[in-house]
Amino acid sequence: MQMHISTHDGVPIYQQIVSQVKYLVASGRLTPGDELPPIRALAEQLLINPNTVARAYRELETTGLLTKRRGAGTYVADTGSPLARAEKMRLLAQRADALLVEARQMKVAIDDVVRLLHERQDALDPGIKEKRS
Amino acid sequence: MTVPLDSEYVLEVAGLTRRYGAKAALDDIWLKVPRGAVFGLVGENGAGKTTLIKHLMGLLKPQFGSVRVFGRDPVIDPEGALSRIGYLSEDRSMPLWMSVTELMGYTRAFYPKWDQTFADELRETFALDPKAKVRHLSRGERAKLGLLLALAHRPELLILDEPSSGLDLAVRRHILTAIIQTVAEEGRTVLFSSHLLDEVDRVADYVTMINQGQIVLSSTMDEAKEAHHRITLRFAESQRRMPSLPGALFCEGSGQEWSVVCNGRLEELKKAAESAGAEILAEQIPSLEDIFLAHASNAPRAAKEED
Repeated sequence: MQMHISTHDGVPIYQQIVSQVKYLVASGRLTPGDELPPIRALAEQLLINPNTVARAYRELETTGLLTKRRGAGTYVADTGSPLARAEKMRLLAQRADALLVEARQMKVAIDDVVRLLHERQDALDPGIKEKRS
Repeated sequence: MTVPLDSEYVLEVAGLTRRYGAKAALDDIWLKVPRGAVFGLVGENGAGKTTLIKHLMGLLKPQFGSVRVFGRDPVIDPEGALSRIGYLSEDRSMPLWMSVTELMGYTRAFYPKWDQTFADELRETFALDPKAKVRHLSRGERAKLGLLLALAHRPELLILDEPSSGLDLAVRRHILTAIIQTVAEEGRTVLFSSHLLDEVDRVADYVTMINQGQIVLSSTMDEAKEAHHRITLRFAESQRRMPSLPGALFCEGSGQEWSVVCNGRLEELKKAAESAGAEILAEQIPSLEDIFLAHASNAPRAAKEED
């Protein structure tokens, strides 16, 4: 499991783990039933306090994204789509906010940003263009 | 993390003061280190971190106040306290004429709980030549050997004084891994001093900041992060210097954009900034480095105005 921890922007490390696990699940790189590394192994890999990893896992269990099997580690929960639409939209909203703030600072109008999003979508997947127009 | 009972404190320092002439190297230090914690001690060079650690090790006798290690006075009862501590000193002084194996054997004699299998494993991991003389070891190898000697008796308390100072990334990884492994094993405690705030931010769950012999901040890492805020302000007009704002520990910037670090009192500060004609552009959690710089620059010595 690839994660990156930064101590420069002040975001608490457990929150960085929580949002990266959510991202890995949302993007399909972690799927229901996948096992997460043991607390101690992930702490050693990321060079962080094991209590921090434990706290992130606890938080993810509370939200239902992860589930603990007694004495057998921590897994991505398989109860339906664990990352509810609301959660996906919340993650995207953060990205959207960052984009909008930058656009505002560069004095780019919202219509141009929306147009840019469509352009980028077309660039990523040329097939969609015909459908929309 | 559960709140420890009083008896769960591995280290207790109460009103510790030490003067060298007129200068207070330590000024009324109070600390409690709970069992199982990773306790980070930060401060500039000469702030008093090493002097404090020497008191914990019983190498200095308190002039005022008291030090308790596992409930014992390390000066009066050194065996009771020190046999349970693994210590890596700042200067890493070791007998230069001994080989790695000889020094391991020598150190083993002091610690009934020495684990030779573990010691040999560490020597392998650290790639230390058993026959090499200490005098021929590089700086990094000496640090790894010092760490091995501190760890091999599986101490209940590991005290590392500036363990990463002057070392390359590979050796620093070994040190951080050792801290993580120590605390991952039930009930063991680590206290380490460092000026590398990134390392402290990663592994410490408690942080104490010392400046000129005084504690300027002491709390859990989470509390320290929650109490401090960093806000970015934009003024309508260019400011030659930042208007003084209540609760602001530290300001930096120029012209129209300034950033301010405060400790608590966020709403009060935001209100004052707005009435001074500033727009609040961003509100962030500061990094430990921001917090450290804010407190260090706020010390009496640096209190004089800029320009």
